[in-house]
Amino acid sequence: MTKRTMVVDGNEAAASVAYRTNEVIAIYPITPASPMGELSDAWSSAGRRNVYGAVPSVIEMQSEGGAAGAVHGALQGGALATTFTASQGLLLMIPNMFKIAGELTPCVIHVAARTVATHALSIFGDHSDVMAARSCGWAMLCANTVQEAHDFALVAQAATLESRVPFLHFFDGFRTSHEISRIEALEDDDVRALLDDEWVTAHRGRSLDPDRPVLRGTAQNPDVFFQAREASNPYHDRVEAIVDGAFERLAERTGRRYAAVEWVGDPEAERAVVLMGSGCGAVEQAVAELARRGEKVGVLKVRLYRPFPARAVCEALPASVRSIAVLDRTKEPGALGEPLYQDVVTALAEQRDEPRPRVIGGRYGLSSKEFTPSMALAVFAELARPEPKRHFTIGIVDDVTGLSLAWDRELSLEDPDTKRAVFYGLGSDGTVGAAKSTVKIFGESTDLHVQGYFVYDSKKSGSMTVSHLRIGPRPIRGSYLVGRADFVACHQFSFLERVDVLEFADAGATFLLNTAHGPDEVWEQLPREVQRAIREKGLRLWVVDGERVARDAGLGGRINTVMQTCFFALSSPFPRDEAIALVKQSIEKTYGKRGATVVERNFAAVDRALEGLREVAIPDAGRGDLHRLPPVPPEAPDFVQRVTAMMVAGRGELLPVSALPVDGTFPVGTARWEKRSIAREIPIWDADLCIQCGLCTLVCPHAAIRTKVYEPNGAAAPDGFKAVPWKGGGALAGHAMTIQVAPDDCTGCGICADVCPARSKEVAKHKALDMEPKDPHLAVERASFAHFLDLPQMDPRRVQPETVKGSQLLEPLFEFSGACSGCGETPYLKLLTQQLGDRLVVANATGCSSIYGGNLPTTPWTTNAEGRGPAWANSLFEDNAEFGLGMRLAYEAHGDRARAILDEFRGDGVDPALRAALLERCERDPASIHERREQVARLHEALSGLSGDRPDARALDELTEGLVPRSVWIIGGDGWAYDIGFGGLDHVLASGRRVNVLVLDTGVYSNTGGQASKATPRAAVAKFATDGRSTRKKDLGMIAMAYGDVYVAQIAMGANPKQTVEALAEAESYPGPSLVIAYSHCIAHGIDMRGAMGHQKEAARSGFWPLFRYDPRRADRGENPFRLDSRKPTKPFAEFAAKEARFAMLRHANPEHADALLARAQRDLDEQWRLYEQMADVQRSVPDREEETV
Amino acid sequence: MSAPDLSTTWMGLELSGPLVASACPLTGDVESARRLEDAGVSAIVMPSLFQEQVEHEELELGRLRDFGAESYGEASDYFPELAAYNTGPDGYLRLVEDLRGALSIPVVASLNGVSADGWARHARAVVDAGAHAVELNLHHVPTDPDVSSAEVEESLLAQVSAVRGAVDVPVSVKLGAHLTAPVHLARRMGEVGANGVVVFNRAVDPDLDVEALQVVPRLELSRSSEMRASLRWIAILSARTDLSLASTGGVHSAEDALKLLLAGANVVTLASALLLHGPSFARGLLDGLSTWLSEHEYDSVAQLIGSMNLDHCPDPSAYERGGYMRALTSFTSPMP
Repeated sequence: MTKRTMVVDGNEAAASVAYRTNEVIAIYPITPASPMGELSDAWSSAGRRNVYGAVPSVIEMQSEGGAAGAVHGALQGGALATTFTASQGLLLMIPNMFKIAGELTPCVIHVAARTVATHALSIFGDHSDVMAARSCGWAMLCANTVQEAHDFALVAQAATLESRVPFLHFFDGFRTSHEISRIEALEDDDVRALLDDEWVTAHRGRSLDPDRPVLRGTAQNPDVFFQAREASNPYHDRVEAIVDGAFERLAERTGRRYAAVEWVGDPEAERAVVLMGSGCGAVEQAVAELARRGEKVGVLKVRLYRPFPARAVCEALPASVRSIAVLDRTKEPGALGEPLYQDVVTALAEQRDEPRPRVIGGRYGLSSKEFTPSMALAVFAELARPEPKRHFTIGIVDDVTGLSLAWDRELSLEDPDTKRAVFYGLGSDGTVGAAKSTVKIFGESTDLHVQGYFVYDSKKSGSMTVSHLRIGPRPIRGSYLVGRADFVACHQFSFLERVDVLEFADAGATFLLNTAHGPDEVWEQLPREVQRAIREKGLRLWVVDGERVARDAGLGGRINTVMQTCFFALSSPFPRDEAIALVKQSIEKTYGKRGATVVERNFAAVDRALEGLREVAIPDAGRGDLHRLPPVPPEAPDFVQRVTAMMVAGRGELLPVSALPVDGTFPVGTARWEKRSIAREIPIWDADLCIQCGLCTLVCPHAAIRTKVYEPNGAAAPDGFKAVPWKGGGALAGHAMTIQVAPDDCTGCGICADVCPARSKEVAKHKALDMEPKDPHLAVERASFAHFLDLPQMDPRRVQPETVKGSQLLEPLFEFSGACSGCGETPYLKLLTQQLGDRLVVANATGCSSIYGGNLPTTPWTTNAEGRGPAWANSLFEDNAEFGLGMRLAYEAHGDRARAILDEFRGDGVDPALRAALLERCERDPASIHERREQVARLHEALSGLSGDRPDARALDELTEGLVPRSVWIIGGDGWAYDIGFGGLDHVLASGRRVNVLVLDTGVYSNTGGQASKATPRAAVAKFATDGRSTRKKDLGMIAMAYGDVYVAQIAMGANPKQTVEALAEAESYPGPSLVIAYSHCIAHGIDMRGAMGHQKEAARSGFWPLFRYDPRRADRGENPFRLDSRKPTKPFAEFAAKEARFAMLRHANPEHADALLARAQRDLDEQWRLYEQMADVQRSVPDREEETV
Repeated sequence: MSAPDLSTTWMGLELSGPLVASACPLTGDVESARRLEDAGVSAIVMPSLFQEQVEHEELELGRLRDFGAESYGEASDYFPELAAYNTGPDGYLRLVEDLRGALSIPVVASLNGVSADGWARHARAVVDAGAHAVELNLHHVPTDPDVSSAEVEESLLAQVSAVRGAVDVPVSVKLGAHLTAPVHLARRMGEVGANGVVVFNRAVDPDLDVEALQVVPRLELSRSSEMRASLRWIAILSARTDLSLASTGGVHSAEDALKLLLAGANVVTLASALLLHGPSFARGLLDGLSTWLSEHEYDSVAQLIGSMNLDHCPDPSAYERGGYMRALTSFTSPMP
């Protein structure tokens, strides 16, 4: 029988079985497990059935804790239930996992194992999450490959049903979850063959049913709890045999044979490595290499980790083995060793008599750190030493505790028959998609084995992607990046000056370059480093003008099809015609659903691609004087030069342990040193037209266009620098004014030019800001920006930060983030830093804002000239409100303590007037803050001058900063505020404490790819809401207003900038909790980002996003605290919705359903508006609001 | 005396009467189309399927799916993949099928395209979906000073020819009003396979929003006076070509319709009057026509059609330049 194969990633491999074997699936997004939930939701929406003939019910929960609770409940109800998760998500499931196991309930949770956040968050893979869950009483089965993730999803399901012990099925996040591979598919019949209906019947028989009621979840006491806990032992004892049985049945059915542990290597081996997960492939390659060299070695691959198969481990390890290295992909500080090490040591101690082999333990692969065969060789080498390190690390250079092993970075053990290709692309340019399609073409049209793995950088705009492909006749074991490529393609010419794209090129490899330069001119346009690499490695260089070919084919500048076709022509084993036919087939498959036009144009691109493909004759000498640019400019500070620059250059791997902070604390203001220069167009200012309204700088997501008003000081400005007299008058009369773009930091989103209201009278399309191609302006704007930075910064005391114009004269302390081009969130953050950046403390929920705000290598929060600026921390996703409240409590405690000491400090050395002033409440305006800081400085001076050892003086001196008001802002997205963190947010709002909450509401989980939250509006399509969200958006503002003493504002910068600026200032000045809900447009809305701010106006005009402020202080004055800042809606919701793809795509796909949802959404908005209108009319007073003292 | 026979033949289609509903929202909805049929409308022309829009939608969808995709590790894309998107002509083709199923009068699909490829593909698709005939909406705004009227006409003819090659149902071509040699072009249209022409396309002319300083499209309903532009050319085309003729624009009364039929229109199409007064307006108009025919002792509409065309009218020069002179002089005092 020929087996059906499919080309999928690990997530899909696991989900395809999980979906087919369950009835209830509770999901919650978390990287890298989200795709399993997304696929399940999509399949359920499409009506796909499980093997029992039912369409599984898929429900998104508010958190992983909620998902685990729902699964627990579904299991109690007798359903087959599952969930998918990773990292912190798994940690949130632990309480339920203890319960589910304690109740002997069959269930499988599928985990794409990911690093648990410690000193830093990491989305990448290791076993720290599953190891944290190992005490729950769940069996744990580890899949090492994509095929295993498919097979073990079934084995786990069969074993849990038979044994009643729940199973954690896990595989390595990203390395396996996101690796595309060709696998043999489990058909429904295979799935059914492994699952005995009797087990399902038995499970249902144990369900809660009023017809045969039982009680589960009692409270037990010292008399019986312990015994009852032991009563389940026999069930756990049977698990290993049951898993063996399931493996056996799988083998009978499919021919694929697995065991709880598997020995690969010499039966007479002397040295062994034990590990589990995707790293096994690399070790197997090392074992094969050593065997070739005549060494006696082997690797023990562990699949069943809990219950730990001690006997099987000891039996599988040949008796000849003298030394063993156990590799753990996790770290447990303080332990005698990591978990697998300890298990192996214990197993040997219990199962083997003396002389036992020596066992050493090592950590590897944390946060998807590369693990290569060369590293495995180093481990075997260590084992051969007379006194090996008992505990070691591999894959890093530990120059602090000296634990790391050295390895040969040059050595490669790639299978020579496996083709290896590396593609460099720009995020969203289609390179990754084309690489995936290439993998599928080979995997589905040939007998070849394939592997695709994709690496992204840390930015959301202008990011670089690297696709690593392997294609070969034998199963591919290399679970690490391609190190020696036969084929390298660089799809963006500009990468050459920043990145060493030939780093991975093998000698004699083919190098395909997308460039507008023809074959005769291109050589001199290459940096000398690239020329050298081409000549030294003997590469063959081919060029194609992908943009031109794509444009001619009607695809705009979309080059992916052109480049893919060239790859097939240059590097595939197929004859050209056949290759082209295969590419076309794949195009039809990928784009067919989107319509004939896209397919036809891509076909045209295929046909034209080869006409433009030319080989370059390599000159025998380097030419030209271009060089690769340094990653950061030479004037960058020391840490940035030593550490950040390495990461920027993509060489962070080489940094030793000593280079990194010990506790995750990093300097701020590093984004300014990473000049990415990604914009094609930048705004060019026509100073004569400008009306100096400040809107352009207000809306800029990247602080890449700025205003300064300054006293002309006669300093020589560079040619082309523009300045005009400030029109504002008043105290700043006579000042000069400049609007300046940061040309290397601008992302080219065009929002500034779009909002610019100043048009030329003669040429209506010409505004005071026009987007123009960057290159002709670059030199002038670069010099101008450098000059601009040197101009004096506006003193905050001279402007009104609560006005649009005033706020925009202040320095932004959030700049050049890696957010998407045109991001709707970042303008609010930037504005906040302009208004109160020098005293701002930010608690940031995990999500987009924590990524563009805190993802290395460079970060946007920065300081002013005095070194003051926002202090920022991210704790978790779910706890952010509490986290921020804690900060507030700390500052209050220190302030109270400082005042208490100061209060006692009478007449001795501190000026009484100063003392009295410092005991007064400090106002929040810039002048008062400035004055207070001066007072504090004077106090510090006075205290330092005190003679003798005065403990009270010392204590006070340490706490003086507590006398300066700090503005604590709790910031996060709607996923946090509406869903996972809502309970905490509610509690913090109810606390009465002076904290400010800013919700950047995009209406979806933007960071994980647009899953629905409770902020997702009715009728919008989102992931987990494929049919359009059927319920209405939660009215978070209304919930908060119910407390009465919470300042609440709903704002939209594009709809009403004035209201936005005022609301943030009011929230800050309100002496209690405040909540500001900010409409944030997002690429997940499917809008024209350039017009996004104008679109926000329509959001308000349609009543979709009414603007309001609820200020309890107004009640003190006998006014209605609630004020509607929007006018009555004048635009039908459907008209607004038609401009957003999230609504429009449903109207297209399913018009009747969409119209019904849109009609209901309109009724929601009508009803909401009526309610607001009534609220604006009612009287409300808020009794006994306490005034705070600081 | 029995009621006069209102039936007519249009591009070989036997119609029960001379009133055809032209492309408008009423013909794009099954329910209102049924009401049109009930009111005596004898064929409907569906709203146009715009090739540009189809391509735009398909490309937009592609761009949407690609936008922001595969650029960050946590999110390979931002939208769920739907089972189907109904892009391009899918919705239109379903409408063709639905109208075919609901009506017994002919359904004419209308295509508005820009390239010969797109025309042929979409024409085949609408005919496969059941359209009885295809109307091609040749709306072309020549902005390139280097392209001559002959070149423009060649390209229009190529498009008609491409459609002719793709379908075997009647094809009519909706001509723009601003042509140097409309009769010549119409004849050539016939030579490359058009069965009829529609005179004239009422293009959506742009307008300016003086506050926003934006160019905005603005469609206004026709007025009776517009009918007379068609009247002249129908009269001429009726005499000079064998094409089936349809008038469009400006018919607001039985008298308007009568004039166009006299001039040579095989059918009179109307939309604005139906939009203004509702589908039942057609019934009154037919009754008026019938009454006139009876009062003037005609047996059938067929007798009427073309009886006042350029060749059959008593004073042909009135349709030509002379007509223009007379209109001018009629506003001045007659010579004593």
